[in-house]
Amino acid sequence: MARRVSTRRRVIVTAIAWAVAFLIFFPILWTFLTSFKTEGEAVATPPHFLFFNWTLENYIEVNERSDYFLHFMNSVVISVGSTVLGLIIAIPAAWSMAFVPGKRTKDVLMWMLSTKMLPPVGVLIPIFLLFKNTGLMDTRTGLVIILTLIDLPIIVWMLYTYFKEIPGEILEAARMDGAGLREEVIHILTPMAIPGIASTLLLNVILAWNEAFWTLNLTAANAAPLTAFIASYSSPEGLFYAKLSAASMMAIAPILILGWFSQKQLVRGLTFGAVK
Amino acid sequence: MGQITLSKVTKKFGEVEVIPPLDLEINDGEFAVFVGPSGCGKSTLLRLIAGLEDVTSGTIAIDGTDATGLVPAKRRLAMVFQSYALYPHMSVRKNIAFPLKMAKFDQAEIDRRVEAAAKVLNLGDYLDRRPGQLSGGQRQRVAIGRAIVREPAAFLFDEPLSNLDAALRVGMRLEISELHNRLATTMIYVTHDQVEAMTMADKIVVLQAGRIEQVGAPLELYERPRNLFVAGFIGSPKMNFITGAEAARLGAHTIGIRPEHISISPSEGAWKGTVGVSEHLGSDTFFHVMGTGLAESMTVRTSGEVSLRHGDTIFLTPQEDKIHRFDADGMRIA
Repeated sequence: MARRVSTRRRVIVTAIAWAVAFLIFFPILWTFLTSFKTEGEAVATPPHFLFFNWTLENYIEVNERSDYFLHFMNSVVISVGSTVLGLIIAIPAAWSMAFVPGKRTKDVLMWMLSTKMLPPVGVLIPIFLLFKNTGLMDTRTGLVIILTLIDLPIIVWMLYTYFKEIPGEILEAARMDGAGLREEVIHILTPMAIPGIASTLLLNVILAWNEAFWTLNLTAANAAPLTAFIASYSSPEGLFYAKLSAASMMAIAPILILGWFSQKQLVRGLTFGAVK
Repeated sequence: MGQITLSKVTKKFGEVEVIPPLDLEINDGEFAVFVGPSGCGKSTLLRLIAGLEDVTSGTIAIDGTDATGLVPAKRRLAMVFQSYALYPHMSVRKNIAFPLKMAKFDQAEIDRRVEAAAKVLNLGDYLDRRPGQLSGGQRQRVAIGRAIVREPAAFLFDEPLSNLDAALRVGMRLEISELHNRLATTMIYVTHDQVEAMTMADKIVVLQAGRIEQVGAPLELYERPRNLFVAGFIGSPKMNFITGAEAARLGAHTIGIRPEHISISPSEGAWKGTVGVSEHLGSDTFFHVMGTGLAESMTVRTSGEVSLRHGDTIFLTPQEDKIHRFDADGMRIA
């Protein structure tokens, strides 16, 4: 696979790669910088890039004005809750689809995926009314249920792909070796699928953490997660860029840290089976 | 003990009948080889015996007791798969111990048996490695180790050597034969390679389209093939087939003569032809002879010293007593 690459070409390609990466990263960097500016400096033209009076007052004020910890806990409960509930439902579903497929398995999978193609706003009214009439509005339980349902197709699909990668002969060998269904799942299938289950779990926590349509529309004060916490700073009273940025940084920090430490697992999970 | 009896076994996948009603008896201690071209149903037949597929109708008995409805684990059979199917997350030791663990043996007995199997298969130094760190031949031995520790009634092998390179394949073939001699346990071995079948089997079962074409000892099949399919399938290079006037002269629709039963001469003989491609193996040479007017090409086997050039004219003479005769339906005429 060795290819001769000229130094000039290497330099150009590297420069382009850095430029693209910087372009993608810039909004986050800008948010980070703005969160340390005063509201006045945040809207100054021309904008100050690094040379301004760095201040922590936005963070202090955001903490005074809203209950960060409540929103944080809501986010944790909702994202972890919906992921765990989703896995409990999806593992047996994906197992049966991967190892004992029926005539319609492919159709079921496609149908599940097709629900993701529907714009969520199309079902907003019915879901809204359902939540209102069942008392689920602005509850963590309600959000866990809705996010589980929203992400279930993705979880099933991911697990299905991982399970499919496990050679059927290995499970047959276990059966020949005297393993029943229970032993087969405990000793063979689960240990072999753990990397896949872990990536699914991580990715889904991130998806649920960042979900902003349902969490904004179905919550008010009690169950509002960090997404709603950010949105509350772009309120009718006017835009407060610096405080909005501080709130955003506080909201994305936990998931950024989680993502950073699990990036190897995530990349492996997302490219699983791509290269054999 | 390991006597396996199949009576009127059939298998359908949906509407497709892959095994029409089939009867077969494999005796205790026998080395039986299922051989046939790909898609002939040999692997399906093995999986039916293993219990990995359910029969559509008929019965499978192991040592006289009906095992048709039993799950694989209850049939006392061990299987070696083409892909080895080792458990990648377990060490070699744990792989070999797995069936014993499932059978709830105590730890001391498990250790003793694993060590014994490792010694027989030369795996002692590798017990703590993972399958991914082993070569193909070593993986194959681990798979065999996992099969022998349980002391099963019979071993089932599903094309176990097809993933190995040629040199290793010959070595493993001998090892499996030796293992059979030592254990004297029934073995059923599936392959598409008639050389493996001929060299290893006590009994060869030739299959085509799910039907048994012939069952017999290797030399029996070689010397008295029951029909054209078996005649063409067993033996390498293939038997030469001749139809038309030459066959009719001997009272047959088709006659067959093996390459090793034809003698050659530069000056006189029954059939005249010219030398085409020659394949020199050192010990033997195969000549493909064209233009005999009997068949498109005739293969002749001679000793390695014979040297003929492309385009040389030669005469072929078959050994009369080695000519096989077949009727219009392809069946042997006694």
